[in-house]
Amino acid sequence: MRVRLLAAALAAAGAFAAPAQAQKEIQWWHSMGGALGERVNEIAAGFNASQSDWKVNAIYKGSYPESMTAAIASFRAGSPPHIVQVFEVGTATMMAAKGAVKPVYQLMKEAGEPFDPKNYLAAVAGYYTDTKGNLLSMPFNSSTPVFYVNKDAFKKAGLDPEKAPKTWKEFEADAAKLKAAGQECVYTTSWPSWVHIENFSAWHNLPIGTKSNGFGGLDTRFTVNSPAHVKHVAMLGDFVKKGYFSYAGLGNKGDAKFAGGECAMFTGSSGAQANIKKLDKFPFSVNFLPYHDDIKGAPQNSIIGGATLWVLSQKDKSVYPGIAKFFTYLSSVDVQVKWHEQTGYAPITNAAYDATKSSGFYDQNPGTDVSVRQLNYKKPTANSKGLRFGNFVQGRQVIEEEMEAVFAGKKNAKTAMNDAVKRGNDILIQFQKANK
Amino acid sequence: MEKRVVFRSAWLPYALLAPQIAITIIFFFWPAVQAAWYSFQLQDAFGLKTEFVGFSNFATLFADEHYLASFKTTAVFSLWVAVSGIVISLLLATMADRVLRGALAYKTLLIWPYAVAPAVAGVLWAFLFAPSVGILTYGLRQVGVNWNWVLQGDQAMLLVVIASVWKQVSYNFLFFLAGLQSIPRSLIEAAAIDGAGPLRRFWTVVFPLLSPTTFFLLVVNIVYAFFDTFGVIDATTEGGPAGATQILVYKVYYDGVKASDLGGSSAQSVVLMAIVIALTAVQFRFVERRVQY
Repeated sequence: MRVRLLAAALAAAGAFAAPAQAQKEIQWWHSMGGALGERVNEIAAGFNASQSDWKVNAIYKGSYPESMTAAIASFRAGSPPHIVQVFEVGTATMMAAKGAVKPVYQLMKEAGEPFDPKNYLAAVAGYYTDTKGNLLSMPFNSSTPVFYVNKDAFKKAGLDPEKAPKTWKEFEADAAKLKAAGQECVYTTSWPSWVHIENFSAWHNLPIGTKSNGFGGLDTRFTVNSPAHVKHVAMLGDFVKKGYFSYAGLGNKGDAKFAGGECAMFTGSSGAQANIKKLDKFPFSVNFLPYHDDIKGAPQNSIIGGATLWVLSQKDKSVYPGIAKFFTYLSSVDVQVKWHEQTGYAPITNAAYDATKSSGFYDQNPGTDVSVRQLNYKKPTANSKGLRFGNFVQGRQVIEEEMEAVFAGKKNAKTAMNDAVKRGNDILIQFQKANK
Repeated sequence: MEKRVVFRSAWLPYALLAPQIAITIIFFFWPAVQAAWYSFQLQDAFGLKTEFVGFSNFATLFADEHYLASFKTTAVFSLWVAVSGIVISLLLATMADRVLRGALAYKTLLIWPYAVAPAVAGVLWAFLFAPSVGILTYGLRQVGVNWNWVLQGDQAMLLVVIASVWKQVSYNFLFFLAGLQSIPRSLIEAAAIDGAGPLRRFWTVVFPLLSPTTFFLLVVNIVYAFFDTFGVIDATTEGGPAGATQILVYKVYYDGVKASDLGGSSAQSVVLMAIVIALTAVQFRFVERRVQY
């Protein structure tokens, strides 16, 4: 590692020392803090060492919403970064901004770089393609929610630690036993809407919204008040009442509750396992999300979260070939395998997945392939390809507020989901008006 | 005869005022005007398409019952913060004023929290009251209180009020202490000789004389609750659960910065601006008249 970094640094220094050709800089704004940020810097350094015409500057710009806002602000001010990492809920906003973004498939084609969307994991690429199958942004870090079990807690309650519940029915039976055995926090979750609305829908092949979850047009409307959705949210509310579900809050707040050993079961990002492993407080298993066996077609496949790299339109068009070269490097098998193995994010190409598999990594690290297998469980349908709702940052907030009202016992699930749809649709209508 | 220094020069006063005026215009008026202008527009995030929509943003806003609920939340929150902040600090200041030995130590310790950033204050209290690991939560459990502000809106409100008040008490304390020390001892002694007890002395002599300070602090505290408590809320409840602590300024931030809804966010900040202007005007016009200076 150190040798490679040194080589990269030397190469970079060499490039400075001999500016035979003017080296052009590519600004890459990202939101990968901590250890992930170091991985990002390694990727940039690796690319810079691999050639001498271009230099990628990876710059940490804060959280996802922060770097997106910063990129938008600098676009409005006339000097956008070349590449910005945007989280999945910002996808519709970026996509609607025609003229502000350079679609990746165009960029690659114009630069003559080899690029075939079919090489990318269908569940990943599908989220970011237009209706014609063109990839608009470059997949980068993708995760999906998975179901974690604390094996110690299961053992203590007299349950088989190797047998995680597969359906919500089994889940409830196990939860009752855990509770009876004195387990304080039986289950918690991170990302309430992402796990229990968005992925719940995909996993059960139910639409989140009309027009193929928004892929078909801006006139999409939410459908998360279907009987199945209401039933699921009501079940969660019931779990809170029975003491089976200790709600932890929004975002990834549930992660710490589980990783600290407090809870027996947990649904959260597949990317959370790195931290759970690091804390190493108890043995755990990574499993598929539970499903309702009375809903036909379940389980289908889960959808991703995470972020992609968007190229912003530049006045100076001569940088595009450099960005295209960087993307080719980024999606190369070696870079992807390393990224996948070190971070826990899904590999973005099939080749990287195969390479990781054949290297025996999954056998040595059980659980690391659950996310990929769950994403690929069945061929994605219109309901499980992903979602594309304008201003979904606000939309998700509305859904989560209504879920919280159910968990707190203030509203019944039916009223809450009807309200979520009504309020969510107001946001979609507003977005449609602003982007027609 | 009037004793006044008069600038004879025609331009010098303006030149001397220029920096202050420039700062006011650049940092206050310009953004305010821009917010007002944006509030009449419908824009996509990147500003590629802009459409003048008149009062449509405001209409959308006031048709949203959750926005209206946010008014109530803000009113409740500000009232709690201002009133309890003032009461507690007045109590502390009166006590500190009577202390003879170690007064400096007391005062210094009481002033310290003011140096803490609002976000840090929020995190601090959030830790103490954390639903599962907080030490105060543990204590509450022991006495049979089910403390879980992550789910219970009232408790979340209580948490942000406590954190906000704790931070502001020092500021209020300083002003009350200064106010108390400027009250002539002879007045209080005279009242004491006339046979008034400590409580009566406080209500009939000290409190009326403190009224200018109290009034000033009321204005400052309400403005504080309206705007500066943003950091406390962002670091703890993020407006939740189910919008229970979503005060107006937090919604402005969320919609504008996190959700890139410039028109809606600007309309909200215009409304907020109007509220604060109205509040200040009312306070100065009606309340100030009854204050003894």
